[in-house]
Amino acid sequence: MVKAEHNTPTAGDITAANPHMRARGVNVYYGGKQAIFSVSVDIGRNEVLAMIGPSGCGKSTFLRCLNRMNDTIPNCRMDGEVTLDGDDIYGGKLDVVELRARVGMVFQKPNPFPKSIYDNVAYGPRLHGLVQGRAQTDEIVQKSLHRTGLWAEVKDDLGKAATGLSGGQQQRLCIARAIAVSPEVILMDEPCSSLDPIATARIEELIDELRRHYAIVIVTHSMQQAARVSQRTAYFHLGRLIEVGPTPEIFTRPQHELTENYLTGRFG
Amino acid sequence: MNDASQTVSVVRAGLHKRRAAERRFRLAGAAAVAVAALFIAFLFTVIVKNGLPGLWQTRILLTVELPAAEFQGRGEAALKGANYRKMVRQSLLGLFPDATTRGERRAAAKLLSEGAPYQVRRAVLADPDLAGGALTLWLPAASSVDIFHKSGAGGGKLSDWQKQKVAQLQAAGRLRTVFHRGFFLNNDSRSPELAGIRGALAGTFYTLLVTLMLSFPVGVAAACYLEEFAPRNRWTDLAEISINNLAAVPSVVFGLLGLAVFINFFGLPRSVPLVGGLVLSLMTLPTIIIAARAALRSVPLSIRQAALGMGASKMQTLFHHVLPLSLPGILTGTIIGMAQALGESAPLLMTGMVAFLVNTPGGVLDPATVLPVQVFLWADSPERGFVEKTSAAILVLIGFLVAMNLLAVIIRAKFQKRW
Repeated sequence: MVKAEHNTPTAGDITAANPHMRARGVNVYYGGKQAIFSVSVDIGRNEVLAMIGPSGCGKSTFLRCLNRMNDTIPNCRMDGEVTLDGDDIYGGKLDVVELRARVGMVFQKPNPFPKSIYDNVAYGPRLHGLVQGRAQTDEIVQKSLHRTGLWAEVKDDLGKAATGLSGGQQQRLCIARAIAVSPEVILMDEPCSSLDPIATARIEELIDELRRHYAIVIVTHSMQQAARVSQRTAYFHLGRLIEVGPTPEIFTRPQHELTENYLTGRFG
Repeated sequence: MNDASQTVSVVRAGLHKRRAAERRFRLAGAAAVAVAALFIAFLFTVIVKNGLPGLWQTRILLTVELPAAEFQGRGEAALKGANYRKMVRQSLLGLFPDATTRGERRAAAKLLSEGAPYQVRRAVLADPDLAGGALTLWLPAASSVDIFHKSGAGGGKLSDWQKQKVAQLQAAGRLRTVFHRGFFLNNDSRSPELAGIRGALAGTFYTLLVTLMLSFPVGVAAACYLEEFAPRNRWTDLAEISINNLAAVPSVVFGLLGLAVFINFFGLPRSVPLVGGLVLSLMTLPTIIIAARAALRSVPLSIRQAALGMGASKMQTLFHHVLPLSLPGILTGTIIGMAQALGESAPLLMTGMVAFLVNTPGGVLDPATVLPVQVFLWADSPERGFVEKTSAAILVLIGFLVAMNLLAVIIRAKFQKRW
């Protein structure tokens, strides 16, 4: 019976109206153990895709496939196809450096560099040579901090250590750092899991703001958060993508029994 | 009796035994620390007690007559070639009119250091107008007089007649003990009262310079490669085991290796800091590699992920973030490795840095010796006066070691990482 469940193809509609990234038949293996089973899903422009599911269901692993962060894990192997604007990100055409400049990432635990606030935001633009001179850098730092709502709070302390900020500020700084290189897609791996409810609310507002410019994929443990911030929701279970669809539909009329069980709190 | 009250009574009954066991354990630990502290205190007391007098020197006030007759001839050659030994001897004997027999005259002459005439010569060469006149200055006493004067009683090799003369000098105010700058400014000598550590210090400096220049870049590069880039396989495991084993190889074996490879095979000169530094780098490398790897590993994964996620390459991640953050740890390890190298003598004995040298080395290709080897040489000398010189040199060596370790502690404390 379990086996039958596992062979169920993804319920709902995996496609997006205006896809920016596209994953087809993605399998991921850690050594001999398969962690992701044939996941296919689209990531649409200007929309937030939330990925939910119980712990260990593979949602973070799948997220890391989208900017090849899994490359850094020894013994991790993947197959299947992931495209960004039609280009295969695992093919030879797209360099991993370019990919990560176009697909930014925000991690679970705020991880600012132990440098100044300014240097944190300026790191990406300087790294990729997007800015020449102090004036341009100043401008991009200011713009990114404005966009994350951090400017008013830190504008007098740009030279201070980023590690001195509060957890929520640090996470917004990490978002500012990610958007400073003007990526097309932002991946967020449980960005609020280490934050208090007020900081969480700020980040969620920010995500909604950012949606106007970027495609966003967010992994979250909180179903409420998925309901609040996302337009589409994907439910993962034991490495499989069980169901994906517009968020209101998933939450009100889940098609798959597992999705319904999870949403009604029967497990997870 | 119900179960709960039984538990209470059993626990209470055993409580006394547990407490006693804990007290015994703590007592044993405190005793171990106390014994260790006692030994260290004893060691330092002995070294300081023996070594401090070595930094002081007894001098004799003497007016040296420089009769013009002794400077026959012309110009500098006459000044250089004059018999200062004779003039100093004559002047000294002038203080002791009662020294009539040949034996007494010789005994009186032996109160002054053999280096005294050279000091007079230097003074005259610096000021040629002195020739033909007289010069009053404090000249170093002989080592036996020095020891007798400083330690009060005993006096080792002095005869009773000589002791009497020393007492006379003392009474006349012609004897005093001054800080011996020569200990730091002189090279090695056969006479303990003249011997200094200048040559050994210079040799140590050049040797450690070579060691640092080689082992720091190579060690850090090796650590970075092994920690950040190398694939995990049988070969890197082998390299890791080899490095750990290398750290445990007795240092004298490195000396033999240096002798066989650098001197016999590559034909580098012996006794030079270059070879000594090469051998010490072999010895220091494992220490630096192990410390650097630990420091690199201690940089949290989240920092690497942040940099990689921004699109930095592996090397950019390393140079922009990981290496700067681990630098305090790497420096600490390097300083400790250098302190090890500073205290090492066995491998240098093997490569010939054990020669008696009266010149200060001026570079990495000049024959030289180092501080610990100088200690070894002096400890081996039969003259009584070298005992305090040995301890004084050990004091200097320990001073450097303590300073280096302190620096390591300060670096570690100051750059304590915060994320």
